[in-house]
Amino acid sequence: MSMDRRQFLKIAGISSVLGLGATAASATHSIWTKGLSPEEVDKNKEALLAKRWAMVVDMSKFKTEDDFKKVFEACHLTHNVPDFRNADGSVNKKDEIKWIWEAPYEKAFPGQDNKYMSEHIKDMPFIVACNHCENPPCVRVCPTKATFKLPNGITMQDEHRCIGCRFCMAACPYGARSFNWRDPRTAIKNENKEYPTRTKGVVEKCTFCTERLAVGKLPACVEAAPKGGMLFGDIEDPNSEIRKIVTNQYTIRRKSDLGTGPAIYYIVGGSDHA
Amino acid sequence: MLEKALEGSKTYWAWLMFLGALAMVGAYYYYQQFTYGLGLTGLHRDVTWGLYIGQFTFLVGVAASAVMLVIPHYLHDYKTFTKIVILGEFLAISAVIMCILFIMADMGQPMRVVNIFLHPSPTAMVFWDTVVLNGYLFINLLVGWVTLGSDRKGIAPPKWIKPWIYLSIPWAISIHTVTAFLYAGIPGRHFWLSAIMAARFLASAFAGGPALLIILALIVRKISKFDVGKEAIQAVGRIVAYAMFANVFFLGLEFFTAFYSGIPGHAESFLYLYTGLEGHSELVPLMWTSTVFAAISLFMLWVPAIRKNEVTLVLACIMLFISLWIDKGFGLIIGGFVPNPFEEVHTYWPTVPETMITIGIWAIGFLVLSMLYKIAITVREETAGIEIEH
Amino acid sequence: MKLYDGGKIFIGLIVFLAFATFPFYFNIGKVNAKPEPKVDTPAIQEWEKLNGKKECVESKEFMRTEHMQLLNNWRDMVVREDKRGYISNSSHKRFNMSLQNGCMNCHSNKKKFCDECHNYMSVKPYCWDCHIQPKEKEENKS
Repeated sequence: MSMDRRQFLKIAGISSVLGLGATAASATHSIWTKGLSPEEVDKNKEALLAKRWAMVVDMSKFKTEDDFKKVFEACHLTHNVPDFRNADGSVNKKDEIKWIWEAPYEKAFPGQDNKYMSEHIKDMPFIVACNHCENPPCVRVCPTKATFKLPNGITMQDEHRCIGCRFCMAACPYGARSFNWRDPRTAIKNENKEYPTRTKGVVEKCTFCTERLAVGKLPACVEAAPKGGMLFGDIEDPNSEIRKIVTNQYTIRRKSDLGTGPAIYYIVGGSDHA
Repeated sequence: MLEKALEGSKTYWAWLMFLGALAMVGAYYYYQQFTYGLGLTGLHRDVTWGLYIGQFTFLVGVAASAVMLVIPHYLHDYKTFTKIVILGEFLAISAVIMCILFIMADMGQPMRVVNIFLHPSPTAMVFWDTVVLNGYLFINLLVGWVTLGSDRKGIAPPKWIKPWIYLSIPWAISIHTVTAFLYAGIPGRHFWLSAIMAARFLASAFAGGPALLIILALIVRKISKFDVGKEAIQAVGRIVAYAMFANVFFLGLEFFTAFYSGIPGHAESFLYLYTGLEGHSELVPLMWTSTVFAAISLFMLWVPAIRKNEVTLVLACIMLFISLWIDKGFGLIIGGFVPNPFEEVHTYWPTVPETMITIGIWAIGFLVLSMLYKIAITVREETAGIEIEH
Repeated sequence: MKLYDGGKIFIGLIVFLAFATFPFYFNIGKVNAKPEPKVDTPAIQEWEKLNGKKECVESKEFMRTEHMQLLNNWRDMVVREDKRGYISNSSHKRFNMSLQNGCMNCHSNKKKFCDECHNYMSVKPYCWDCHIQPKEKEENKS
């Protein structure tokens, strides 16, 4: 068989591409399938389980500044959330990272106020964080599935996979997400050695303390809140506390008309629930 | 044909050196950003996309605009565009390269970008944008190279290139539609949540891209013997006029919905951009410049006498390009983030490193463009007089 | 047959060879000791007392070649599947799938263990950008 140089080069080129490609594909196939079989891994016996974790917040139980501070610090210290506040204590809007914080009523629930409402009510602080929506826009837009839904309803964050495109931050209607604009380790004063930090260039947010749930503990904020201030449970369990509250009392959720299905319910008017 | 980019006059090389130097400066600042983090930009928790993504959004439009030459020429046999099509395709290539560079500059963890392909996410518009942008780059490289190579030999391009040319038409529309979908499906940001977003994007793309092309074609005519033809310039000018009218009209439609409905969420971003909100009016002068330029350029393009005069035509195109750059490359992005989900106003302005990186990437884009155009010009000059068969 | 531009070709070849063999002649004379990862931390010694032998999650041979893949799999299991327990194939004991709170409990001497091989192989895993390294104690304290 005689062929000219051009044909030879074409055939050589295509076969080497196919050869390399096949080798690469088989190699990656073996790496990716060398996983763990279902028998090799399981949940801890003491793990708390749910079909859909949700939270009920009763702001009437929060009486002092300290009540709020305990909640935010419990979360931020447990999870090595950096504190970029300026030397005088003012907020550093540029580098700020927060998983849970307070916002006044008129800002947490925009459009729900009216001009005759007292300033007192407009300024009433509400604890806000990621709502772990049922239909989260952030999960929809993430190009790498670095943010995704766990089967138990938690909107989780995979910091190993995040490429830092910040699309999830644009998509979140609640402003719940923060980005590491710089190395966070410079601003962590009291490291929790049992939890990692993040690195620059990734997005982070509340994860409903999935690592605590795995060892049978409630989320840090819930534990630190005043009695009855923050309740946590399985909203799809008809016998759970929070299900009973949400069914029998009037609760509101932030921007519920957007169809996101937030999982944090705020009791209006207080309750006797303890 | 590549060697033609490496042969040129002293002016050509001086121009390349200048662009190279700007690119080096950009690279230096990018290294700073890479080691420190994106905190070197003016971005913050409430405005998470700024200059980089704005430039990317704008340049996708410029890239898509090649289709305005491809459709008449290849689909409808409009011979007037025979010489100019290659300039549009090469502009698309350099624009897409700039888009990719801007996205890479904006990533928090650029080393992990491969994750988009390792863990594809069909619901994510960014995933589709990556796919279609890379595909468009490939198509334009293929089509541009093959057609120019055939022109150089004085023969018709091989038949197998035709399907690729036809593919580039819907593909061009798709790259800008997908980019618009990045914004148009976000539930929390009412400034962007508009069905007409994709249509606006396409209209501004088909105005801005060809406007740049007119400017470039006239520069090419001045510095070389390659003349795309007076008719071609005028035809592109007419396309720019119609597209700009559509763009301005669509913007007007947005204003109507926002203000007539009276819904504060829809109107507040417009107020921030055009009148200032809560004492913050940093973007107001820019946005009004954009509006005034748009109005003047539209008028100039509309009046045939002004459009037919190539000097005033160029002036109109420059104003139009600047106007659209401000509107799409800056105002659109910032407007979506201000006010934030808590209805607070936290503003954004690019920093020096951010600006230098942006200029560096534009320099790389123009570097690629200059080299590609040098090849195209040389081929056209060599084959002047020989009829091109497309 | 005439070799055109022969001078330039030979110069180019020599420059290329200089670059290609650089790692070799640059390191001549440098002593690079074989890595000796130490597995004698207090925690490991405790384990040995309780179990009669030193045991890792899997055998030494397996861990040497597969610990990277194992950690990758653990990472996905914990973060993405919310599973935390791993049953060892060799000892059938249950381990907590965690680098920071699992592996490093025994291997708390990162410098004398992890870094020994990593430095030798010039590998720089970025785990430690986020996962907090255990504080290294002084050699003679226990």
